[in-house]
Amino acid sequence: MTIEIAQMTRSFGKTAVLRGIDLTVADGELVALLGPSGSGKTTLLKIIAGLDWPDAGRLTVDGADWLKLDPQDRRIGFVFQNYALFPHMTVRDNIAFGLTVRPKGQRPGRAEIRRRVDELLGFLQIGALGDRHPAQLSGGQRQRVALGRALAIEPTVLLLDEPFGALDAAVRRDLRQWLRGVHDATGTTTIFVTHDQEEAFELADRVVVMDQGRIVQTGDAATIHDSPATPFVADFMGASIQLPVTVQGGRLAAPGLDAGHLPARLPDGPARLFVRPEDLTPVPDPGGPWTVASVSNTGAHLRLVLSDAAGTEIPADLRRRSPRAAQIAPGMRVNLRPEHASVFPAETA
Amino acid sequence: MTRVLLIGAAVVLTAIMVVVPLVYIFVQALSAGWGAYVSNILDPGTLHAIWLTTLVAVIVVPVTVAFGIAASWLLSKFTFRGRGLLITMIELPFSISPIIAGICYLLLYGRQGYLGGWLAQNDITILFALPGILMVTMFVTTPFVVREVLPLMQAQGSDQEQAAVTLGAGGWQVFRRVTLPNIRWALLYGAVLTTARAVGEFGGVAVVSGSIRGKTNTLPLQVELLFNDLNVVGAFAAATVLTLIALVVLVAKTVLERRAGRH
Repeated sequence: MTIEIAQMTRSFGKTAVLRGIDLTVADGELVALLGPSGSGKTTLLKIIAGLDWPDAGRLTVDGADWLKLDPQDRRIGFVFQNYALFPHMTVRDNIAFGLTVRPKGQRPGRAEIRRRVDELLGFLQIGALGDRHPAQLSGGQRQRVALGRALAIEPTVLLLDEPFGALDAAVRRDLRQWLRGVHDATGTTTIFVTHDQEEAFELADRVVVMDQGRIVQTGDAATIHDSPATPFVADFMGASIQLPVTVQGGRLAAPGLDAGHLPARLPDGPARLFVRPEDLTPVPDPGGPWTVASVSNTGAHLRLVLSDAAGTEIPADLRRRSPRAAQIAPGMRVNLRPEHASVFPAETA
Repeated sequence: MTRVLLIGAAVVLTAIMVVVPLVYIFVQALSAGWGAYVSNILDPGTLHAIWLTTLVAVIVVPVTVAFGIAASWLLSKFTFRGRGLLITMIELPFSISPIIAGICYLLLYGRQGYLGGWLAQNDITILFALPGILMVTMFVTTPFVVREVLPLMQAQGSDQEQAAVTLGAGGWQVFRRVTLPNIRWALLYGAVLTTARAVGEFGGVAVVSGSIRGKTNTLPLQVELLFNDLNVVGAFAAATVLTLIALVVLVAKTVLERRAGRH
């Protein structure tokens, strides 16, 4: 199913939640909506599901106008952040729910429903849990049941709202792989919402970054990571250090900054440099404006805090076994060499 | 030592204020022997009071339960202007003495009341008859179901209902298969409280029923009437019926509280 969204807006009272969304998701694609809370990603997902309605804009799926369709008729598989399993039903009844509520003519027979539920229980690797209630399951198991319940209706589109948000790190990694496997096996067009960039990049074919109700960048992991389209994306992707620089003749300059090797495709004038702590290398120099204020050892990395005369503090990460790390000691004066960075004009907020 | 004193005080107070009077009801009711007790229960006035009270409960409880579900659903799933006011209105009967409700109805529907003339012209009797008793009882019992069900619905949010909708369930299916099972224990608990209140209501009903012997006398009114007649055995015999209903309600309430706590 191809999903096409055009010029979609949505406000709650005076708060604009979606400010003109244009997005096309290809048939069979696995897309991540990535953004901080309040960026509008969950609202967009709920509108696709028919659980919310836009103020303006279009939503078509394979050419059909879905805004004229009740949620019941969209055959959406929706997985809620907290799973929203029916606590009074067994796992089996939860998964069968979508089949048992169909009108008489379209409802599969009892034996057929049982067979399909068994099949799903096996596919989701929760075959032994069929007769339990949700309260008796772990978080990861509940997630699987929620997905099974959504898949049972053979959905046209699968929508997942923060699918791994409530799970601990190990289970999360495990389920991510598994969900990718489920998607590859079913080929269902899938959109999931997350605020975790690692999760988005690892799982999705394509990542859509949202900020304040707008799509700010769309692309694969490498593009978004290396070439953020806006200061927001740069910051959100971990380039948390901002340094004021000056562009002059296509070169970046700032006191104590060794950035001559970085491309600067901006007109002359003030600009901002966005750098990740791990991309920032301190270079010992007795005349350098930065001082190593502290060094803490995390095992794999040395985490430095650098400060300048004005009291600005910035973090920098060094691999502990790198030759550079051996030269660093607290109190040392250094210059900064960003190995990789993004530059934006100073006036863009 | 303090603990022993406190527990002792609690036990003594409960005994004086609750247990002794309860036992005394039965002692008095049976003071003239089982024969007198049975014949007092079978007195036409008392029998009619039992019947009327049952009838009121049978009508009021389902109506209040239905209203309670609808109101809780509305108040928990939607936000709208005046929502807070509506909640306050529904809870008002908790803080208003029932006798005030009774007097309000008297002023509205009584012969000299605002609507009295119109009602009389159209041959509609509300006061000193079953409709008035039902209305006052409903007024008094309105908050009980909402009080129990609303917080639960608010805590559960609407994710489960939304999930059911995306899975293809229609409105009625969502209600019957998802909403209702989730609130069933709270709902039953509210219904039990409503029953207890509906059966035991005195003040409001006393005003609007007119206490017509053998006609509009509910069981609590009948107890008072017999007592005023100095028919002590009769009054206490009727009181035992009320007490037994109360005890049944108490047991049901305890069982439901345990079940609700488990879910």
